Amino acid sequence: MEKTLKKYFLIFTLPTLIAFSFAFIIPFIQGIYLSFCEFTTVKNAEFVGLANYKLAFSEGQGFLYSLGFTTLFTLISVVSINLLAFTLALFLTRKMKGTNVYRTIFFMPNLIGGIVLGYTWQQMINAILYQFETTLVADAKYGFWGLIILMNWQMIGYMMIIYIAGLQNVPTELIEAAKIDGATSWQTLLKVKLPMVMSSVTICVFLTLSNSFKLFDQNKALTNGAPMNKTRMLALNIYDTFYGKTGYEGVGQAKAVIFFLIVAVIALGQLSLTRRREVEH
Amino acid sequence: MKRKMLSTLLCATIVSSMLVGCGSSKEPVETPQTQGETNTTETENKENAEDETAKAEGSVYYMNFKPEVEEQWQEIAAAYTEATGVPVKVVTAASGTYEEVLKSEIAGSNAPTLFQINGPIGYNAWKDYCYDLSGTEIYEALTDKSLAITGADGGVYGIPYTVESYGIIYNDAIMQKYFEMDGAVVESVDEINNFDTFKAVVEDMQSKKEELGIEGVFASTSLLPGEDWRWHTHLANIPVYYEYSDKYATDLAQLDFSYSENFKNIFDLYINNSTCAPTLLGSKAVSDSMAEFALGQAAMVQNGNWGWSQIAGVDGNVVEEENVKFMPIYTGIEGEEEQGLCTGTENFWCVNAQASEADRQATIDFMNWLISSAEGKDMMVNKLGNAAPFSTFNEEEKPADPLAKEMFRFMENGKISVNWNFTTFPSQDFKDDFGAALLEYSNGNMTWDEVEEIVVTRWAEEKEATTGNETENETQAEETVNNEAETVAE
Repeated sequence: MEKTLKKYFLIFTLPTLIAFSFAFIIPFIQGIYLSFCEFTTVKNAEFVGLANYKLAFSEGQGFLYSLGFTTLFTLISVVSINLLAFTLALFLTRKMKGTNVYRTIFFMPNLIGGIVLGYTWQQMINAILYQFETTLVADAKYGFWGLIILMNWQMIGYMMIIYIAGLQNVPTELIEAAKIDGATSWQTLLKVKLPMVMSSVTICVFLTLSNSFKLFDQNKALTNGAPMNKTRMLALNIYDTFYGKTGYEGVGQAKAVIFFLIVAVIALGQLSLTRRREVEH
Repeated sequence: MKRKMLSTLLCATIVSSMLVGCGSSKEPVETPQTQGETNTTETENKENAEDETAKAEGSVYYMNFKPEVEEQWQEIAAAYTEATGVPVKVVTAASGTYEEVLKSEIAGSNAPTLFQINGPIGYNAWKDYCYDLSGTEIYEALTDKSLAITGADGGVYGIPYTVESYGIIYNDAIMQKYFEMDGAVVESVDEINNFDTFKAVVEDMQSKKEELGIEGVFASTSLLPGEDWRWHTHLANIPVYYEYSDKYATDLAQLDFSYSENFKNIFDLYINNSTCAPTLLGSKAVSDSMAEFALGQAAMVQNGNWGWSQIAGVDGNVVEEENVKFMPIYTGIEGEEEQGLCTGTENFWCVNAQASEADRQATIDFMNWLISSAEGKDMMVNKLGNAAPFSTFNEEEKPADPLAKEMFRFMENGKISVNWNFTTFPSQDFKDDFGAALLEYSNGNMTWDEVEEIVVTRWAEEKEATTGNETENETQAEETVNNEAETVAE
């Protein structure tokens, strides 16, 4: 068996490997190389060393501000999305009538594209703020909370499905045993259910964390950074650098590499942290 | 059974919303109409290269800048292919994404042969790709050669294919209604020839808006991010134009923004005499203001002659064609009585210097066809609505929409046109920051002095950031050329 597997290893993996290297590995390496270059199109790159990285952190680029804004956004949205999703999942795993309908309804926002969502919410939020003679872009606070609401609305359903799957896998005998031992429903939740769904928590926190950190479409459509780039997140900052002025393509690329490193470090750190809390059953 | 029905229904909803999501996030509008043909000519090209005696036949790939004339260009492409047999492929970038699409397309193996730049700043970015067009028929036919984009070496790299004007578009029916009222400040539009009169008229009209049946004199000043180009680019052109002419300059590394007060004059007038409160402008798009004008809710809107199709295209449009007129933008600058509309172009054709010889020639032939053949000229004028600045077009061959007519009237009535100096604005970043500052100003979060400071400092910073690279770019261009020569030699 081993032998035949080895024999056919290349035949089976090669197509995927080729596709993967064309679609991912080669552009990725090229991207890193380009971050050390000055270029207009990927073909006429000229090596300039670390100059782009220096410019990326220079004042006026707003990179650090965007980093701070993104971090704050991520913190709040990860907490709120997971709390709300878990609560919904708890309700929808009780044997109520119509759970499936509710599950579908809550899940649906996740199927709408980010740009569409951004514009839709922009209209809705503006319609409300109109009553107060103001708009979404009048104050960075509105934009910030607008983004949080949008992100929650979009992500809760997806996370809820994952939590539901986790909760349904909690062995009923454990819950029954807890009941017999006289545990309150609150204790059952914290001491039995939660440890048993830690693997779902890992996935959900990972997904919300990386998606919030990398948020782009929604940010671009909802506020586009207004007012005065105060609601500009990292991905949008990189995009604006790349297309904002001639000769700054390399700087945008350098920022993108830094961005990749940040996301990778955070995501891996979070994974190993929550993994440790998972229990086997 | 019921259950099954329900789940099928839900599945269908999910799938359809997925499709909606995908459909709307697709950006470049590519019409693969001539895809197959392009491929066939490629093989032809190879054959031709082998057989040198055969006439080399190239193909044309035009990267169109204006989504609003996408269909017309497809028609032109088909007509040209039918007339000459040369395949033409037209790809249109979605609104506001031209630079991005061009950047990726031109790096591909099937790069556009004909593309567009918006002026000296665009040339600076694309100079490696611009082919010297001096001596071509299309350049020779240009009525005003100074309109073309020339390089430091004297070559001609960009040729304007249309001339456009912008100013304040007004609805003459509403104006006449006002002039007939008791106590009207003036009796005809001709009397408005400076800012003070204009301001008096506008403020008087605003106070009588109920009687005039309008919601405000000016259509809303669209300050939604990305929709603010009428202010940070077009309106800002006026103070910059006067500063340039004071200093006998065509470009400045540092702008004093010496006519800042004048910009403030007109901008305040716009936002305070509008259809909505200044704090609500951050939610308005250009299409909103054009719709307000078309529906008769506003008497005036600042925009250019391209705006006619937008006005005419609004459902329930109440503005009569003969009532749509132009007026210059007065800002209180000395001598503005003689000022006309802002006239110029930011539409320059460039031929891709890195395309094959055959493709370049095919592209130049295509351009010539557009400005010299009867069919091509008809397309240019009637389909695209271009006021083509070429000697091959005679008096009758001009677009006939009301705003274009007004544009020609202003060109001929002896008023001094304001040049489009905004093509020298340092970068998109500068414009965006200026727009963002204007938004903050109208929301009351920023004083005018702060706006002025942003304009001055950001101009200097961005000019430095973008021109600092210039010399490097040049050496780089030479290197690319050398490299190419080497590969060819090999």
